[in-house]
Amino acid sequence: MNPLARIRRDRPAPAPDPDTAGADTAGTAGTGRTAAAASQWRLIWWRFKRHRLAMASSAVIGLLVFVAVFCEFVAPTTPGHYSAEHTHAPPQALHVVDTRDGFDLGLYVHGYRSTRDEETLAREYTVDESVKIPVGFFVEGRPYELWGVIPADTHLIGPTDPDQRVYLLGADRNGRDMLSRIVYGTRVSLSIGLAGVAVSFVLGVVLGGISGYFGGRIDTAIQRVIEFTMSIPTIPLWMGLSAAVPREWSALQTYFAITVILSLIGWTDLARVVRGRFLSLREEDFVLAARLDGCGRARIIRRHMLPSFTSHIVASLTLAIPLMILAETALSFLGLGLQPPVVSWGVLMQEAQNIHSIANAPWTLLPGVAVTVAVLALNFAGDGIRDSADPYQ
Amino acid sequence: MRALVIRRLLYMVPTLFAISLVAFLVIQLPPGNYLATYIAELSARGASVERAQILALEERYGLNEPLHVQYLRWIGGILLNGDFGMSFAYQRPVADLIWDRIGLTVALALATMLVSWVIAFPIGVYSAVRQHSVGDYAATFVGFLGLATPNFMLALVFVWVSYRFFGESAGGIVSPEFADSAWNLGRVLDVVSNLWAPVLIIGAAGTAVLIRVLRANLLDELRKPYVTAARAKGLPEWRVILKYPVRMAISPFISTIGWILPTLVGGEVMVSIVLSLDTTGPLLLEALQSQDMYLAGSFILVLGALTLVGTLLSDLLLAWWDPRIRHAQTEEASA
Repeated sequence: MNPLARIRRDRPAPAPDPDTAGADTAGTAGTGRTAAAASQWRLIWWRFKRHRLAMASSAVIGLLVFVAVFCEFVAPTTPGHYSAEHTHAPPQALHVVDTRDGFDLGLYVHGYRSTRDEETLAREYTVDESVKIPVGFFVEGRPYELWGVIPADTHLIGPTDPDQRVYLLGADRNGRDMLSRIVYGTRVSLSIGLAGVAVSFVLGVVLGGISGYFGGRIDTAIQRVIEFTMSIPTIPLWMGLSAAVPREWSALQTYFAITVILSLIGWTDLARVVRGRFLSLREEDFVLAARLDGCGRARIIRRHMLPSFTSHIVASLTLAIPLMILAETALSFLGLGLQPPVVSWGVLMQEAQNIHSIANAPWTLLPGVAVTVAVLALNFAGDGIRDSADPYQ
Repeated sequence: MRALVIRRLLYMVPTLFAISLVAFLVIQLPPGNYLATYIAELSARGASVERAQILALEERYGLNEPLHVQYLRWIGGILLNGDFGMSFAYQRPVADLIWDRIGLTVALALATMLVSWVIAFPIGVYSAVRQHSVGDYAATFVGFLGLATPNFMLALVFVWVSYRFFGESAGGIVSPEFADSAWNLGRVLDVVSNLWAPVLIIGAAGTAVLIRVLRANLLDELRKPYVTAARAKGLPEWRVILKYPVRMAISPFISTIGWILPTLVGGEVMVSIVLSLDTTGPLLLEALQSQDMYLAGSFILVLGALTLVGTLLSDLLLAWWDPRIRHAQTEEASA
């Protein structure tokens, strides 16, 4: 059960957000553009543009998608690049200008001086101001294969000397760069959200559509199944199902298994939305008109009903992605979801589970910040789309 | 109303049956079973495992029978004797292990629900009445943040803060000095003082949702003509708001009882693992990982059943509270 979806259900209707409704209608009417001639998607876009928060969130999402697609290039190094000398090294501050002797423009970080605590054997780091590690853009670094096929070694940001190490967000217990790991985790976490939503989408639209279009006994049966699925506490069930994924499966197999598990439970909300739209549209005059015109059932659904609720479905999909991301994070955090060496935000959080790692290296919590940012952005964007989904209101 | 209750109770029977099936299938899904792991462990330690011993163990747990017979034995034991089977790992009846922890989980869930109501109600009303004020924006911001942050992340941050600034490791429900003592006032106070953090952490997301829902509903109601009518009658503003629109907007608070249980149970599982509370979470996780099937299955079954009861209670409360819903449901029943 997800609290986010509840807000939407507990609200009386897909009525426009009272905060913005007044401003929106006034704005659209006042612009004087050819609102009457504009296509539906153009109207939606006009209205969406008014949502400043949603627009900003879309930019954040765009950035995250870019990072996910080009993670090998964006990351300063590879996620598995460990260093025994840098276990739990703290984040280095990125300096822009060196003013110690004269004025020297250019990014750099200071090196570490590390000592070992005699009692606890933990490494302790102090900033070594005398060491200067220049940092640059589009530098040569550890070789990688973009999307697993194109060999390259250019990194968006990194130390200009490939043998040096830079930890902008600190290092984990194996001295691996947190920034690179978070960047790589973006690809897995975002894509599992998308894949999970894609599977739920198919299930939800097909079952919800059948339920809404045919009604009657089929509808009752499907509604019972939905109610049942919703009444089970999700996390224990997810835990049970993912505990059943064999350990010896390959990373890719586990990935797909987890996706399917997430979407098996996530489809219900979508099915409800689709059913609700179908039920209300079925009674609309234009559907009756199309039927009287002699349109077939398939054509009525495809040409007349679908265009009226695709925007609502897009909104529901956007709002479902963050739930999937949160669920994946939770499962991987418990050690039941994706397994290392796969890097996802949840897998990274798992390393921050014990008090020692949190106490010595609070920056291991940073993947959680990435989760929060992504979820917030997707929620705001989804809310924006939902509010502008019906431009004729 | 009575017909409604009976009808809803009857609906619960097939759902409970389905939940029990799902719980059983979930624990059967992993390849191999606890016994196989146990035997492999014994052999690895060099202990010879007699064929007869294996058979005896299989016989004892009914593992060599077909699936449906195993299911019937399991569910039959629960229904007829309240016997949930044996935990392999603990070598004790499951019933001994789960009830304490489920009790704590339910107590934690109820406390969390009450606390979220108490927090959400004034904030929700305030942000609707003073829409677009600084307080409203602050509440909205905190609310969205609470929704977007995984609650185990909040728990981790709490652990870090309490370690860093108070120098103590957080966790546990009962402090060490009270661990063995009987229940007395001191122990109760101690438990309460340890519980506020988990309650707030688990309740964060739910509270955020409640604030948003109450605010949205109340905003819709505040614009309705009956509010203007009440004002025109000369009622003081706070009475206008509390007497009419708030009563209309509060229904979602009641329907939370139904969905807050699954959410809280899920959140509680995660948070308890981080804060090492003796509730269902850690034991369920352990049972799932070690394939202690009857223990895991019973947890899923009982939590699912409790959720159903919660949903039922909330629907009935809602029908009692809101005449519109009551009428719709009785009409549906007679139709």
